Amino acid sequence: MSTEFIGQRLTRVDAPDRVTGRAVYAADLHLPGMLHGRVLRSPHAHARIRRIDASKALALEGVKAVVTSADLPSMSDEQVLVRGEVELNLNHIRQVALAQEKVFFHGQAVAAVAATDPHTAEDALELIEVDYEPLPAVLDAEEAMREDAPLVHPDQYTRTREGNLDRPSNIATIHTFGRGEVEEGFREAEVVLEDTFRTRMVHQGYMEPPAAVAQVEPDGHITVWASTQGNFSLRAQLSSVLEVPSSQIKVVPVEVGGGFGGKLNSLLELPAVLLSRKTGRPVKLVMSREEVLRATYPAPATVISVKVGATGEGRLTAVYMKAIFDAGAFPIAPVVAAYLTSLAAYKVPHLKFEGYEVVTNRPKIGALRAPGAPQGSFAVESQIDLLAEKLSLDPLELRRRNAAQEGDPPPVGRPLNRIGLQPLLDRVAGHPAWTAPLDGPHRGRGLSLAYWPGAVMVSSCHLTLHDDGSFSLILGSVDLTGTRTAMLQIAAQELGVEPSQISVSVGDTDSVGHTEVSGGSRITYTMSAAVHQACVGMLEQLRDRAATGLEVDSGELEYSGGTFRSRTSPDKQLTLADLGRQSLRRGGPVTATGTATRLQSAPVFAAHVADVEVDPETGQVKVLKYTAFQDAGRAVNPMQVEGQLQGGAVQGVGWALMEGYHFSDSGVLQNATMLDYKTPTATDVPFIDAVIVEVPASDGPYGIRGVGEAPIIPPLAALANAIHRATGVRLRELPMNPEAVFMAMQNRDKG
Amino acid sequence: MKQVVTLTVNGERQHALAEPRHTLLELLRDRLGLTGTKEGCGDGNCGACTVLLDGRPVNSCLVLAVEAQGREVVTVEGLARDGVLHPIQQAFIDHGAVQCGFCTPGLVMAAYALFRQDPHPGEQEVRAAIAGKLCRCTGYDKVVRAIMSVG
Repeated sequence: MSTEFIGQRLTRVDAPDRVTGRAVYAADLHLPGMLHGRVLRSPHAHARIRRIDASKALALEGVKAVVTSADLPSMSDEQVLVRGEVELNLNHIRQVALAQEKVFFHGQAVAAVAATDPHTAEDALELIEVDYEPLPAVLDAEEAMREDAPLVHPDQYTRTREGNLDRPSNIATIHTFGRGEVEEGFREAEVVLEDTFRTRMVHQGYMEPPAAVAQVEPDGHITVWASTQGNFSLRAQLSSVLEVPSSQIKVVPVEVGGGFGGKLNSLLELPAVLLSRKTGRPVKLVMSREEVLRATYPAPATVISVKVGATGEGRLTAVYMKAIFDAGAFPIAPVVAAYLTSLAAYKVPHLKFEGYEVVTNRPKIGALRAPGAPQGSFAVESQIDLLAEKLSLDPLELRRRNAAQEGDPPPVGRPLNRIGLQPLLDRVAGHPAWTAPLDGPHRGRGLSLAYWPGAVMVSSCHLTLHDDGSFSLILGSVDLTGTRTAMLQIAAQELGVEPSQISVSVGDTDSVGHTEVSGGSRITYTMSAAVHQACVGMLEQLRDRAATGLEVDSGELEYSGGTFRSRTSPDKQLTLADLGRQSLRRGGPVTATGTATRLQSAPVFAAHVADVEVDPETGQVKVLKYTAFQDAGRAVNPMQVEGQLQGGAVQGVGWALMEGYHFSDSGVLQNATMLDYKTPTATDVPFIDAVIVEVPASDGPYGIRGVGEAPIIPPLAALANAIHRATGVRLRELPMNPEAVFMAMQNRDKG
Repeated sequence: MKQVVTLTVNGERQHALAEPRHTLLELLRDRLGLTGTKEGCGDGNCGACTVLLDGRPVNSCLVLAVEAQGREVVTVEGLARDGVLHPIQQAFIDHGAVQCGFCTPGLVMAAYALFRQDPHPGEQEVRAAIAGKLCRCTGYDKVVRAIMSVG
């Protein structure tokens, strides 16, 4: 294979539509007869729903239907699907989409209404009468763990490795892992440090609010257009909850304005389908930004305690981590991922982990770009930095001394296959970002590492040769990050044609094989294997057809530049166009499918270096310089890979310096606008230097590693470490906004 | 209580029915079918709804439809001429400044408005001009480079 297109900085094939406003997102759809829906939400953080009376709403002119969970089939069994990194419990998804007998967080959906225009639908919400019986709410994970705390789910018994505990509890699960004997490890240590780190609930911050359009035909067939990270996953969720076969549900792709893990779970599609069924018309639902912040699936607040022991030379002997994750209204939170990812970069003989998933009356949490890892790494990478300071060691050198290698066991799971950690550290060590002096008062430099294993799961594609020698490639994956373009590059290279000869598109769920979600850093990695398989299959078929057509042995043929040529008689040749034309008369159209199901994971290491300047009078942290290093395995499109590193880094900067949910005593989110829930603007960050290291992954046809998630992990500790070196102050709570930094400096000066 | 609003959009005279409570954003997207302008927040904090109103960039979610009576609006759909992209649009594509694309129309309009004031903006001028346009995907790096390249 020549390296013609893989590695090129091709511009995104879908970019022209996006810059002209032609790209269609779910909220842009207008179907004939379409109605507009709005969702009624709970004013209580915890309450029993006694009665819902929609009669006044239905009497309003223009209102066509109201639905509640009573319109859904009852669901008694726990049904769990694994999607991306976080398990989806369908019963919980169903309740978050439309509450059953109880509401468990402020803003939880209770009913939905469809009307001839959105304003009428909004007016109708006020006319739906709901009789609530408020219940005591618990709003903090540590409080929820106490024996006397009000119970969110009175029938929830704590799951542990040894079986269920015998008292109902807000602790859904206690995870325990370890190796060796930590007490012995701490005895061997010359330095032992112990600290507790806290992070707040934060939101993915995608710019496009969720939107869905559903159309149910008289025969029951359902078509959905949705802002989702996975069309097939959505179909599976709808199929299970609605009890409708997958063949009767078609999810049609639209462009999606960001997901970051927040658009894995169905939210608006269930009420949209129910409303369409009731009215016999298509129904569109769009969330307001306030609804997005109050009632989607944010990332969990965490309390993570880390105790680290090391020898005088800086060799880690033991780590004990206790992590409490606030799962929100229903269980499941990525507490084990926090443990695995924060420690995978290090050789540590003795490990102990206790992880608690705790429910509270706050929004149900979901996946947010490397779920669990930013929080875990904030704690561990801050501790490693503290250790470096205590031992008077260079922070990079300390990491080198303990760096994991291929074959080492991570904290959980199989031994590491080929990793790029050492080359990554070497790259940092030799780079001006690390070596150039940083002069000036109140300035400091911070380093942080990250590890992300990356998900695998099935991806599928379909390739067709047309009658004129051009191709169509249909992918099953939602294109958030430019995967259409990356797959085009791969197909063009494999097929030996110009990219302009291949039309690449995202298929609906009827037209291509099952493909799991665009999340988990997995699409370029797995879909490239599927595309490879399809291209190989296509060329094999074409070779046989050419051999038949030319009446030669297929082994005699060589293929290049779109032409099959006989080695012995070079005048005997057939182009792709010839074969395309021939296929209509003989043999039929040439198609090939590709799928990837059994790849090993391709783990990723990243390292970020941040230079900051802290204003001593205001506590404002200015990011002077930021460099994101990452092993990409093989960068199919370096421009797109850089975009992931830069975007993820800035998302992490937001988490570190400015973002965080604040709730009132009654569980109402106080900062539910983009003004008060502040995410980074262009004036909050400098250029982000992206440095791509390439250590090919063990598996897959190209050595690709999935890059999308790792970049959000290091900024939290990199900035905490930088602020520490700039001010002497160590912050252990996020966000490190001006108030927090200022108060910490005040306390430093007093004490 | 609808009334007819007459306005010029991308050089064309348009008429639409609007209630007093409708925004210019709704009029553009739902009445005129110009869905390139996006709603990201509805309260003027994200900039995805940016259009030019009589030459000035505004958050169209904060302008009432009736306020646009008799005035000129330019949306992202009005930038390309005869199928040829505006240099700003081409620069966004060439620099990899487009990921999910939802914030892109607002950013492109902000850049368009900037260049009407300042033909050669530096990095800080560009950042200030787009400070009110939130993006979550790109980290702004390639966006700023794209806009600077046009100057």
